[in-house]
Amino acid sequence: MSILLVSGLAKAFGGVQALRDVGFTVDAGEMLAMIGPNGAGKSTCFNLVNGQLVPDAGRIELEGRNILGLAPRAVWRLGVGRTFQVAATFASMTVRENVQMALLSHARRLSSPFASATRLQREAADVLLAQVDMQAQADRTAAVLAYGDLKRLELAMALANRPRLLLMDEPTAGMAAAERMALMRLTATLAKASGIAVLFTEHDMDAVFTYADRIIVLAEGILILQGTPAQVRADPRVREAYLGEAAEDA
Amino acid sequence: MSASSILLQFLNGLAGASTLFLAAAGLSLIFGVTRIVNFAHGSLVMLGMYLAVALSDRIGFWWSLPCAALMVAALGILLETALLRRLYAAPELLQLLATFALVLIIRDYALWQWGPEDLLGPRAPALEGAVEILDHRFPAYDLFLIAVGPLVLAALWLLLTRTRWGVLVRAATQDREMASALGINQRLLFTSVFALGALLAGLAGALQIPREPATLQVDLAVVSDAFVIVVVGGLGSIPGAFAAALLIAEVKAFCIGLGYSKLTLVVEFLVMALALVFRPWGLLGRARAQARGAATIEPRLRPPSPRVIAGLAALAALLALVPAASSGYALVLLTDMLIFALFAVSLHFITGPAGLHSFGHAAYFGLGAYGAGVLLLRAGAPMEMALAAAPLAAFAGALVFGWFCVRLSGIYLAMLTLAFAQIAWSVAFQWDAVTGGSNGLIGIWPAAWAGSKTAYFYLVLAVSAACIALTWRALYSPFGYALRAARDSPLRADAIGIHARALQWAAFTFAGTFAGIAGALHVFSKGSVSPESMAVPRSVDGLVMVLLGGIQTLTGPLWGAALFTWLQDAVARGFDYWRAVIGVVILVLTLALPQGLGGLLRRRSPS
Repeated sequence: MSILLVSGLAKAFGGVQALRDVGFTVDAGEMLAMIGPNGAGKSTCFNLVNGQLVPDAGRIELEGRNILGLAPRAVWRLGVGRTFQVAATFASMTVRENVQMALLSHARRLSSPFASATRLQREAADVLLAQVDMQAQADRTAAVLAYGDLKRLELAMALANRPRLLLMDEPTAGMAAAERMALMRLTATLAKASGIAVLFTEHDMDAVFTYADRIIVLAEGILILQGTPAQVRADPRVREAYLGEAAEDA
Repeated sequence: MSASSILLQFLNGLAGASTLFLAAAGLSLIFGVTRIVNFAHGSLVMLGMYLAVALSDRIGFWWSLPCAALMVAALGILLETALLRRLYAAPELLQLLATFALVLIIRDYALWQWGPEDLLGPRAPALEGAVEILDHRFPAYDLFLIAVGPLVLAALWLLLTRTRWGVLVRAATQDREMASALGINQRLLFTSVFALGALLAGLAGALQIPREPATLQVDLAVVSDAFVIVVVGGLGSIPGAFAAALLIAEVKAFCIGLGYSKLTLVVEFLVMALALVFRPWGLLGRARAQARGAATIEPRLRPPSPRVIAGLAALAALLALVPAASSGYALVLLTDMLIFALFAVSLHFITGPAGLHSFGHAAYFGLGAYGAGVLLLRAGAPMEMALAAAPLAAFAGALVFGWFCVRLSGIYLAMLTLAFAQIAWSVAFQWDAVTGGSNGLIGIWPAAWAGSKTAYFYLVLAVSAACIALTWRALYSPFGYALRAARDSPLRADAIGIHARALQWAAFTFAGTFAGIAGALHVFSKGSVSPESMAVPRSVDGLVMVLLGGIQTLTGPLWGAALFTWLQDAVARGFDYWRAVIGVVILVLTLALPQGLGGLLRRRSPS
């Protein structure tokens, strides 16, 4: 069974139709890349799936369960982890504390006013940090991290609730080329090992064609194509979507 | 109620709406362009009143209107260039505090210049009489006021839509960064907008003098009314300010006209509450887009080292030894310091780590104080029960007010907390039968066993230390961490299942309850309680204590409270204009030492 099922998704902002009739599925352990030029509706699609926006029409199901209209925090409880285009972490806390927050939230311990937070879930946090190779920086404050390290911290936090689905919006934006490939390799390994479905957007086509199992292409809010990397690479419509009329002249 | 008297109340409301609109429009304009909420806006209105009264003796009422307004505008230019300009890049809490410092300084200036008595203004020549409207007599001057509001609205509208200056103002209101990137001369624009806002405030004050005397309390009364209006109408929207001013003024007029003048505040509160629930951005306001770039990054709140904990324990032990050495004034001062330390620590809990900048924390201090006094005097409860039950009043108040407050953030939250505190203050001020009105309650002394200064000092030491320890413990609990998480990144907090609003509501209530405990302790140490205990200056005292010690430190509020309490005691005993001194201290603090004394120490230390 697919982990995520999206169908007939539509969203307009004022008069602008950002998405129309978009449908796709993501299976367990699958890396699905969503590509398309700027303004194609990728971020809108992400924000609809994790509940930051409410669609005008369509269905969104997580493991057969309708999650339409749920708040992001409720969607997270059902097993959806998310990383953001601009990394969002807690700048005043250490790296380990950041992960502990996600773990404590998962364990529903956050309303506890008298326990000592830093002692709870410490080992579990270190295990997650080891997974993304961040354990050496566990005691540094998030505010001083390099951008690539912030992205890995975000990934560790997104993994804290043992997600069924990971939503990664531009996971490697702002990283150096070698770092990018390493992060995508890490994500793919984790996804395969734990059967996590991964939906990601990415500008770096090398990363997309190397690590995606399947690719969907959006242009002007419409899903114009889905298929394997080889099929997408060969399709003239993709060139056209990215380059417009210029592609025909070239 | 007949149709004609309904019409009359309606006209009364319209007359009241005009000056409210002028004040709120100025506040809104200044905020729209400079992003500064000018706490001193009510003080500018107050100055307009005093100046108009003083001038009309010499040049007559009608000439005093433009002269007073222009003088206030000139002061506005001076304030903007000398002071506010340095604050545009500062964190908003510092901006609010600095403009509040101006409130204190301007009020003491008025006290020095014109004395504490109310000043009666002249009647408006040619409009002294009354007009017959459906067999009722209606003041002619009020008809003139009714016309002023729409005239000013129309003038502002023309100014903003038909002139190049207006285009610049609208551009800067919508997107300040873009406007400056396009090469607009910001300095000139900001100064001129501030001058216009001040002009409107001065005019609002001057127009008011035939209707009411100039008093020193006008400043906070007007500014909290103006806050309610801009919150209801939508901050930055001039037509919104007009609509909300009409709504609020009509509500007031009808409450007074129907003989329920004491209900005015409650109804005003209800209107605001409903507006916030159904239109969180105000009647004609628009949801504000998130500011570009990252929010300010707060430093880490370090867990106290064993040395710090040992030091605090030693301090507590040392305090316990003080009564052996002194039983006089030092003990009274230390008792005050401990009570205000608890107050400051409870305020720090929501202001620093939770990022909720409350300007009305004294409301809960006062609810605790009045709760204890009322229980003891009116219900005959013993001190122990009054002390234990009083914080419940603060708890209930914080629970209700907090529900609305945590729906907003930043400046909106600051304005709403202030407006709620002002409402609580007015209720205490007006409800003679229960609160004793402006005189307050007296004769609230502790039980015999705690009656001596020494015994009461020990009681305060034990309760304050325990409450402070609990609050600090909560800061390092999952709850405290989750509050910092929601402050650092609301987006990430939401994405890992943190229900920020619920936690903030709990924090607001928690802090309010502890402030209530401080209030209850305070009332038994003084033997009395008056509306001053929950007035806005008391709320700001708390913020100054927190800021003095360093807002993102753990023990800072302790030192800040001790220093401020001592300073206030030392200055207030010897000097009539001590408020202005406090104002100057705040200005120095916000402009020169934004990290507080704790930050100063840290900068000096080698690490």
